[in-house]
Amino acid sequence: MAGKTIAEKILSAKSGQDARAGDIVVASLDLTYSHDGNRPLAMELLESMGTAKVWDPAKYILFLDHHPSPNAVSAAAHTKLRAFARAQGVQLYEMGDGISHVVLPERGHIAPGDLAIGSDSHSCTGGALAAFTTGVGSTDMAAAMATGQLWMRVPETILVRCTGILPRGVGAKDLALAIAGHIGADGANYAAIEFAGPTIDALSMDGRFTLTNLAIEMGAKAGLIGTDAVTEAWLDGRLKRPWSHLNADPDAVYAQIVDIDAATLTPRIALPHNVDKVVAIEDLVRTKVHQVVIGTCNAARSSDLAEAARILEGKHIAPGVRLIVTPSSRDTMVASMQSGVLATLVQAGAVIATPGCSGCAGGCHFAVPDVGENIVSTANRNFKGRLGNAESFIYLASPATAAASALTGWITDPREYAA
Amino acid sequence: MNIAGRAHCFGDDINTDYIIASKYKTASLDPRDLTRHLMEDIDPGFGQRVRPGDILVAGKNFGCGSSREGAPLVIKAAGIGVVVAPSFARIFFRNAINIGLPVFICDTAGISTGDDLAFDLEAGTGRNLATGATIQAAPLPKVMINIVRDGGLAAHIRKHKTFQLA
Repeated sequence: MAGKTIAEKILSAKSGQDARAGDIVVASLDLTYSHDGNRPLAMELLESMGTAKVWDPAKYILFLDHHPSPNAVSAAAHTKLRAFARAQGVQLYEMGDGISHVVLPERGHIAPGDLAIGSDSHSCTGGALAAFTTGVGSTDMAAAMATGQLWMRVPETILVRCTGILPRGVGAKDLALAIAGHIGADGANYAAIEFAGPTIDALSMDGRFTLTNLAIEMGAKAGLIGTDAVTEAWLDGRLKRPWSHLNADPDAVYAQIVDIDAATLTPRIALPHNVDKVVAIEDLVRTKVHQVVIGTCNAARSSDLAEAARILEGKHIAPGVRLIVTPSSRDTMVASMQSGVLATLVQAGAVIATPGCSGCAGGCHFAVPDVGENIVSTANRNFKGRLGNAESFIYLASPATAAASALTGWITDPREYAA
Repeated sequence: MNIAGRAHCFGDDINTDYIIASKYKTASLDPRDLTRHLMEDIDPGFGQRVRPGDILVAGKNFGCGSSREGAPLVIKAAGIGVVVAPSFARIFFRNAINIGLPVFICDTAGISTGDDLAFDLEAGTGRNLATGATIQAAPLPKVMINIVRDGGLAAHIRKHKTFQLA
């Protein structure tokens, strides 16, 4: 019998059967989580499943991350979610605590081998800890809240093998965009992606989360990275329960293998309005920048903010440019305050926003651009109208490219500025 | 169940932000209030033009992007009878089945805006009345057929207390 991929191992363990790609299983969930951003709220559908109670209050977590600056409708949703959390005895992360996909691993809610679902498409982020984490809609979530289970098709896996060490000024986001450009917006639809190889081994956990976060933009159900010493060091002090290392078997069967040479990679930009419309920065025509966003669940962790600060230290952003920095969690914000990174960014002209989804989607009522404006963002989506104005243009980039672009007012190759 | 209506064609990779823009997510809690904004950023006025019974035809990877169930809910509230595309993003596909919006995986290359189409949802077959071409949908997994037959996921769970795979 052939070996198993990470996805097959986890779904075998959680379904209690020998799960192979293509099988349909009912799997038991270790964690479920929802946020305030989608309607209907999953909690509003729970009773339609024939029960008033979450199956296990310790395994459902709520996040008020999508509307850190609520309007009247989202304020009412917040009240409803807080009341639900109290009544059900489930944990709720408040406004300003940060984005679910960042907070969950940071606060030790996700262990290697876990099966988790979130009612948000970027729930694939947790896969950097070799956990099968995936996004669902509100009705699937409500069914999971009622039963503790979900039906799933065991996905085929695409192995993305990365060799070579990323050059100076080129980071995990550039690698992620290069892979998205290669695989395409639906190249991994219904599949899982495993990221592996020496490049990944050398990446920090922050960089690994940036990579797995982008898996959904390739259509993937999960983006997975096996565990190693980097995982172990990062989990130390965060995860309070026992866990075991988890990697694919050497003879696991992959649907496709994609080889990426990271050593020759240059900074990458995703052009408006598709995440897979990726170009090398040296091939980009001179492009004026009006607004820069360093934020979202893709690339606004401590090391991302620190990288931007290294480029902006002692300097000031170009006149006429707005720089919005949204630390992705409260822990990120505190660490960046203590290290002086936030002070450097503010002195350089940045506006600091509430940890959460501000600066990602127009529904957050924040950082909405004007007609005709160009935005450089460390986000994961550049869809037309994503920031609330269909007549603006979003370019996705690394934190280093974002910072260098804020400095000059043009989309700028950060390698000229990287320390 | 039979559905007949006029085709409205869209391209590849239509994401959930295009189906219903993020800025409207908190504009109203009733999907019926949002139907006039359907596809607004890529086809202004579509939400006013679309008629109950019309059929939404798209290219590959329809519904990519966010997990928002508002996307299939607003399409359903607009009265669209079925969405047909050669492939769907997986979260959208699950959501559509769960809330009872019919979806058909089939080749859409020969369909043009304005063509009259007819579908037999139960049989998974259809016909382009403008060209005479027949349309065959890819079969759904049994669990999805069970969910559709029960009238959506909520009714399915109420009935079985779990997912019926067989």
